[in-house]
Amino acid sequence: MSDRIEIRFAGFGGQGIALMGRLVGEVISLHEEGKNSVMTQSYGPESRGGASSCDVVIDTQTIDYPKSTAFDYFVVMSEEAYHKYIPRLKEGGIIFVEENLVTLDDHAKKASKIHKIPATAIAETLGSRLYANIAMLGFVCANTDLFSEEAFVQVMKAKVRARFIEKNLVAFEKGKNHK
Amino acid sequence: MSDKKINAPMVNTGEFFTSGNLAVAEGSLAAGCKFFGGYPITPSSEVAEHMSIKLPQSNGHFVQFEDEIASIASILGASWGGWKSMTATSGPGYSLMLENIGLGIMTETPCVIVNVQRGGPSTGLPTLVGQQDIQQARWGSHGDYEIIALSPNSVQECFDLAVTAFNLAEEYRVPVTILMDETIGHMSEKLVIPEADKIEIVNRKKPTDEAEGHLPYKADDDLIPPMAVAGEGYNVMATGLTHDERGYPALDVNSQEVLLTRLLDKIRKNKDKIIKLEEYMLDDAEFVIISFGISSRAAKGAVNLARKKGLKVGYLRLITIWPFPDEQIAQIASKVKAIFITEINSGQVTREVQRAVEGKSKVHGLFKLGGAIHTPTEIVEEIERRTK
Repeated sequence: MSDRIEIRFAGFGGQGIALMGRLVGEVISLHEEGKNSVMTQSYGPESRGGASSCDVVIDTQTIDYPKSTAFDYFVVMSEEAYHKYIPRLKEGGIIFVEENLVTLDDHAKKASKIHKIPATAIAETLGSRLYANIAMLGFVCANTDLFSEEAFVQVMKAKVRARFIEKNLVAFEKGKNHK
Repeated sequence: MSDKKINAPMVNTGEFFTSGNLAVAEGSLAAGCKFFGGYPITPSSEVAEHMSIKLPQSNGHFVQFEDEIASIASILGASWGGWKSMTATSGPGYSLMLENIGLGIMTETPCVIVNVQRGGPSTGLPTLVGQQDIQQARWGSHGDYEIIALSPNSVQECFDLAVTAFNLAEEYRVPVTILMDETIGHMSEKLVIPEADKIEIVNRKKPTDEAEGHLPYKADDDLIPPMAVAGEGYNVMATGLTHDERGYPALDVNSQEVLLTRLLDKIRKNKDKIIKLEEYMLDDAEFVIISFGISSRAAKGAVNLARKKGLKVGYLRLITIWPFPDEQIAQIASKVKAIFITEINSGQVTREVQRAVEGKSKVHGLFKLGGAIHTPTEIVEEIERRTK
C-alpha cells in the first residue's frame, strides 16, 4: 500500500464533482503508465445543491480497498463538504479549495499545503459556472504530479460534449496558470 | 446516438475506464446476449440503460416490461426462441422473479439474471450496498434444486463473469445469477475487453437425431439434454410440471425421482468444473478470511495489513458462491486455527462455512448489515481481538 494515494473531490450537486473523479480516474487508469485507479462516488437520492463527493484511489499495485480512508488530497468546492470531510484529511495532506465558497477553519492546519483558487469566478468569465470543476482540475494538474496535461486534455475531449470542449480547455488553462 | 449501425460488433474490444454495471452489460453482449427483458431498479438501472442502447445496434432486442415477473418470463421465452437472454435487477425485483426462476430450472432454460444487491429487506436501502440475497439466490424459489451463482469483485470481473455466466447457463441449461452489489456496480476502474476470437463462448447443445420421435428431455451421458428451440423442426415442450423425456407431464413418484435426480446431479457432479476460487497467502496461513464480492476487496487489504503486522493471515475468495465449495473449505479448515468471513449481511455465507467446516476450525463472521463496506483496518482489529 506504500504507493497508494487517495483523493477526495467534494462539493455540491451540479458542480460536476463526479465528472472530476471520472476524468482523473480515467486519465490515470488508461494513460499513466504503471498506475491503477478506482473511482467511487457517493450515491444517493440527492440532486442539485446537496452534498456530492467522490474518491479516486491511485496505486502502482492492484488496488484492494476501493474507497478512501484518509485523503492525501482534498479538493473541496463547498463549505458544507469542507466541514463534513475535513476530519478525514491525512496529517500533512494537501488541500485544493474554491476560496470564495469555503471558509477554512483550524482543521485545515493539519494540511502541509493549501492551494486556493476562485474557480467559480474564473468559470463565470467564460460565461458559466459549469466550467469551475475543470478550472479546478487545471489548478490541481499544475500543482501536483498526479496526471499530465496532455493525457487529461485527450480524455476530456473524448468525454465532454463537443460544444463544451473549447471553453473547458480555456478553463483548464486558466486554472493551470492561476497563482 | 451517432452510432446507429445495425449489426455493430457485439464485442467492444478496447480499454475503458468504466463501471461494473456497464462492464456486466458489455460482457453479456460479448457472450452473445440478444435479448434483454427488464424493469429498471436502483442500483442496477445502468445495466438496462446500456443494453437499451447497445442491443438495437447489434441486431438484438430490448424490452422494458411492466414489472419483474413479466421480465423474467420474457427471458425464458426468448431463450426458447433461440436467443441468449438476460435481465438485471436488485433485491425487490429478484424477489418477484423467484417463481419463474424455478420455472427456468424445471424447464432447463439457459438465461442470466444480474442482481445488483442493495440493503434490504423490502425496499430497504435503494442506493446503498448490500450482500443480503446470497441465500435467496440459493433457496428463494420453491422446491428442491441446484443453482449456479457467481460474484464478481472488480469491474473487469463483471465483464469476465458475464461471459462465464452465459457459458454456464448454456452448458448446464440452468438460470445463472450474477450476484453483484451497489459498490461494484457503480465504481469505475479499468476494463480490458479482448478481441472477439480471444473470448471463449459456449453454446447450448443442439439435437442431432431425427425430428420424428425426438425426445426433448432425453439427456446425454453428461445428464444434459440437447436443446432444440422453436422453429427448428423438433417438438418443443416446456412445462413446470414434473415431466418425462417427451416433456409431457408425468405426475408420479418415479418420474419425479428420475427428473429431480438428474436436475440435481447435472450441477452436483460438475461442481469441480463450475467452482472458481481465488486463493492468496494460504500456504502458511494460521487464519483465513473467506469473502466474496466487494467485501473481498477489503478482506484482501486486511490480509496485506495483517501480514505487515506479522499475523499469518490468508484469503479465499468465492468467485462461485453456488454451488458452494464445501470440500475446498473443509480442507482449509483442517490446516488453520480460525476462519473469518467478511460479508454485508448477518451471516449468510458464514452458515455455509460452518456447515462445510464441521467443527474442524473456529468460524467467526464479521458482519455489516448494509449500507457500508468493511475497511481493512477494522477487519484486522477484529482478527486481533478474537485471536488474543
